[in-house]
Amino acid sequence: MKHTEMDTNKTVGKPISRLEGKLKVTGTAKYAAEYDVDNLLYGYVVNSTITKGKILSIDVSKAMALPGVTEVLSHKNRTKLAWFDLQYTDMDAPPGTVFKPFYDENILYNGQPIALVVAENFEMARYAATQITFEYSEEPFQTCLDNNLHSSRVAKKGFATALKPPPPPPTGDFEKAYQNATIKVETEYRHGTEHHNPIELFATTTVYEGDGKLTIYDKTQGTINNQLYVANIFGLKYKNVRVLAPFVGGGFGSGLRPQYQLFLCVMAALHLKRNVRVVLDRKQMFSFSHRPPTVQNLRFATDTDGKLTAMNHLSKSETSSFEDYFEPIASWSHRLYPASNTLFEQELVPLDVYTPMDMRAPGGSTALHAIECTMDELAYKLDMDPLELRLINYTEMDPSAEKPYTSKALKACYLEAAEKFGWEKRTPKPRSMERGNKLVGYGMATGIWDAFQFPSRVEAMITADGKMILNNAVTDIGTGTFTVMTQIAADELGLPMDDVDFRYGDSKKPFSMFQGGSAMTSSTGVAIVVAAKELRKKLLKKAKEMTDSPFKKVEDNEVTFKNGTIALNQNPNVTVSFKEIIAFNKGKTIKTTNMGKPHLLKLKKYSMATHSASFVEVEVDKDLGTVTVTRAVTAVAAGKIINPKTAKSQIYGSMVWGISKALHEETIMDEKLGKYMNTNLGEYHIPVHADIQQLDVIFAEENDEVINELGVKGVGEIGLVGMPAAISNAIYHATGKRIYKLPIHFDELL
Amino acid sequence: MNNFEYKQATDTKDAIDLLSHSPEAAFVAGGTNIIDLWKYNLTNPSSLIDINHLHENAEISMLENGKTRLGAAVKNADTAYHPLIGQKYPLLSKAILAGASAQIRNMASNGGNLLQRTRCYYFYDPDVPCNKRNPGSGCPAKAGYNRIHAILGTSEACIAVFPSDMCIALAALEATVNISGPNGERNIPFSQFHRLPGDRPDLDNTLEPGEIITSIDLPEEGFADNYSYLKLRDRHSYAFALVSVATALKLNGNIIESARIALGGVAHKPWRNVEAEEFLKNKEANAENFSAAADIILRDAKGFGYNDFKIALSRKAIIRNGLMALNPTSQLPGAQPSA
Ligand SMILES: Cc1cc2nc3c(=O)[nH]c(=O)nc-3n(C[C@H](O)[C@H](O)[C@H](O)COP(=O)(O)OP(=O)(O)OC[C@H]3O[C@@H](n4cnc5c(N)ncnc54)[C@H](O)[C@@H]3O)c2cc1C
Repeated sequence: MKHTEMDTNKTVGKPISRLEGKLKVTGTAKYAAEYDVDNLLYGYVVNSTITKGKILSIDVSKAMALPGVTEVLSHKNRTKLAWFDLQYTDMDAPPGTVFKPFYDENILYNGQPIALVVAENFEMARYAATQITFEYSEEPFQTCLDNNLHSSRVAKKGFATALKPPPPPPTGDFEKAYQNATIKVETEYRHGTEHHNPIELFATTTVYEGDGKLTIYDKTQGTINNQLYVANIFGLKYKNVRVLAPFVGGGFGSGLRPQYQLFLCVMAALHLKRNVRVVLDRKQMFSFSHRPPTVQNLRFATDTDGKLTAMNHLSKSETSSFEDYFEPIASWSHRLYPASNTLFEQELVPLDVYTPMDMRAPGGSTALHAIECTMDELAYKLDMDPLELRLINYTEMDPSAEKPYTSKALKACYLEAAEKFGWEKRTPKPRSMERGNKLVGYGMATGIWDAFQFPSRVEAMITADGKMILNNAVTDIGTGTFTVMTQIAADELGLPMDDVDFRYGDSKKPFSMFQGGSAMTSSTGVAIVVAAKELRKKLLKKAKEMTDSPFKKVEDNEVTFKNGTIALNQNPNVTVSFKEIIAFNKGKTIKTTNMGKPHLLKLKKYSMATHSASFVEVEVDKDLGTVTVTRAVTAVAAGKIINPKTAKSQIYGSMVWGISKALHEETIMDEKLGKYMNTNLGEYHIPVHADIQQLDVIFAEENDEVINELGVKGVGEIGLVGMPAAISNAIYHATGKRIYKLPIHFDELL
Repeated sequence: MNNFEYKQATDTKDAIDLLSHSPEAAFVAGGTNIIDLWKYNLTNPSSLIDINHLHENAEISMLENGKTRLGAAVKNADTAYHPLIGQKYPLLSKAILAGASAQIRNMASNGGNLLQRTRCYYFYDPDVPCNKRNPGSGCPAKAGYNRIHAILGTSEACIAVFPSDMCIALAALEATVNISGPNGERNIPFSQFHRLPGDRPDLDNTLEPGEIITSIDLPEEGFADNYSYLKLRDRHSYAFALVSVATALKLNGNIIESARIALGGVAHKPWRNVEAEEFLKNKEANAENFSAAADIILRDAKGFGYNDFKIALSRKAIIRNGLMALNPTSQLPGAQPSA
């Protein structure tokens, strides 16, 4: 296809506002807990108040006696289900024994769901939940990572290992090289637990359609994942379970796995043969997955020129007693920096908590904080500008895989961000810059994140009105997927965006993985390209069949799709509209369903990643230690940017998250009680407006001809990865203090 | 949250009557605290008496003796933005505006602010012991995660902190709390309104059951020339104080004629130390003297591990805020440290 003439109408590359924005800001968009359903029952979950042990007895008599209470479900009276682990396994399940709600009397962690009260209204269900008494026998538990580092072990392998490989084997002889090196740094970093806390609470509304049929409105990042989960567990036919999630109020990873409210809601609906809704409250949002706390030990050495010679990264992170949640941490440095002697090890510490889970830039944001702070320390040891140290160790290759990247514009990120930031104004000595009562610090760090692509299937069609409809099960978790997919489809068919109807968030539609891994634009976007190509073929073929068609003899590349027509390149006045083609087709839709998938054979020779560079200015009060991130610039190299506006929003959001991770966010475990204590948004601190000042985003040009048909990577996570280290490094530069943990509290700078 | 009856009181007397007829009842003003406590199952009143419509308590007025009266039903935001308060008692405005969020301040009442309960994590979790919530059950905060807890005036039983910002300014300004009850009216000086936990941490203050706060009186002296409120916390807005300081000075040149220093975030009540304030009298207003005053205030301060930093932080905050009071325009929104 020749594009020259179409280009002015192109939407790809334009900052298009979110198509569903108005629905969201006017409250018109409906979320899982908001569907009006007749004869609805309301479920309220009761959670364990002990951390480990057994439920000896449950007394529900007082609760059941309350007006409007229909049922109390627990392990005592749950429906009989398939109890094979495999049937509970979701697409994101780590190796181990999947958690099965209401399985038996055993308590595995504090906050475990142990009963569901179902009542005619939410308030009564919630009240009745307080009237149930549980008798427990308690057992000793372990919830403290630090106290249990000795029991660490390597992770079991399973399905999930494909996307999250263990660290590569050692190279060279690290210990020897490190011992002999003169310039070296040894660090230990600790990170706290974080909970995803999307603003939309986890909720499920199950419509009981009869005959083993369910329609489920669920808060999830993956409609098909949850459809399969429900069907497998409850022995229903796949086609009889429909999961819908047209709007998702944030996910950040928490919706990659089905959460327990889905299970409980469906169980209640089937048991009572009624429509049921279960909504978790904010406190209960802390009763499942989270980013695991970690302890990381690093030893890096360079030669006198600053070239890395030896890198050792050891990570120990929390997992549950029943599943081995593994996110790559120890292996990242070698994807950035070459060194001949490497030793990467990663282990898990099983504790009496729920299984951790992917949370925005899982592993990467944890690892790069430690790596890039260690690099900063090396720069000081070498008396070298931290940026220069990065450039000295720069490579276009992926040293860990010994393959080239499909594209890597990280150098441009460094240089463009440094210039925009004004890095050259930095005086290297700590505590050398100030402004009134404040010490000023500049810090920088590198980010790297995976560029995944999953198989995705798109149905695309042109209807009688000449418009295009596309179907795909993908969700839009607030990322802009809906808008971006519409843009891609519009351009591929030469239609205005108004004439493209992308339908999504529904398990009935052709396959998509859950929205995650910053992979949706590459996955469903590529599937749209593939389907659109086929659709163009079919349209042209039909056009050729038309009486006296001027297209009879033309090849695919001799026409242009433009404004809902096919036009001859040689004579653009010769056109046939999609409407005419469909009319000729007796009004019948022309459609195609195609799979987009990564070209594995070709890609085998390459590594794939997005990159970023973050530059941060902080002000730290000289007396009081209070920290303000006054400016931050993040440059991102992530292939082609389909929509600079929604993409920028993703980077802004992740930069804010980076500030949050560096300075605010942490779920506090009381180790004696074995439970989290700050389980509300008043005490679980994320930044507010006053904490966020000037943020700038740059997209470095990165033409990737190899990675996929669109040349896209993903932007959902990369913006977070470099920020925490850049902030930590800026704080060091301002104060001369290295804080070896996150979050950094201001009193540590007193 | 249990089912409950809802009643609207028409005037103060009606409110007192309604409460006296139903001992399990509770007043609701802005509801920003009691509704939360209720949803967390920390309280379960049988009926809710709405006191938002007591017109006699809904105004801010200048009294004949030069005092200013803040109606208990006036919203925190309306109080902070009231011209009289802004001009005569800017310390109070600043403190209120450093608290909570705009939305909460729009709802929160002056009476309710005085009676808000601690934010101690352990108090807020009905499934763990807490002497304040469940006397005699124990205090896991002492050996637990006590970053937000008290360093002054603690007891064996309780190390919780009274979380208000507004009340720190009211303490510094030496306000009086006006109260009505079944036995008539009385008033309590601010320093005697909130109490230390001792062996009765379940009691936050000296209000008797059945009583209602009708208003708060501010003395004529508002310290409008030299004052400052400084609030230190884990984010720049919408977080409770780890340490806050209200400083009010009467200066003659650079010599302190009288000083008031009240600390928040460090004790079970707004913390004042008369000895330190006396010490500052007739001294030069400078860092050295504020530091010496801080030494006096913090002499008996004691940390419990995670909150040890509050001692050093309080000292530095007292000094900085003293200096900020010399130049009140150096105050920043959200009571952040001066630039
Ligand atoms: C997320 C969050 C953050 C906050 N942050 C801050 C902060 O940073 N700084 C700060 O100072 N505050 C903060 N607050 C607390 C807020 O200031 C208080 O909740 C508010 O002042 C309470 O007032 P209210 O009118 O809503 O009280 P209500 O919740 O209506 O009542 C509180 C209590 O007072 C009783 N009561 C109310 N009025 C009277 C009266 N006239 N006489 C007798 N009894 C009465 C009620 O019965 C109840 O027991 C925060 C609150 C929240 C929810």
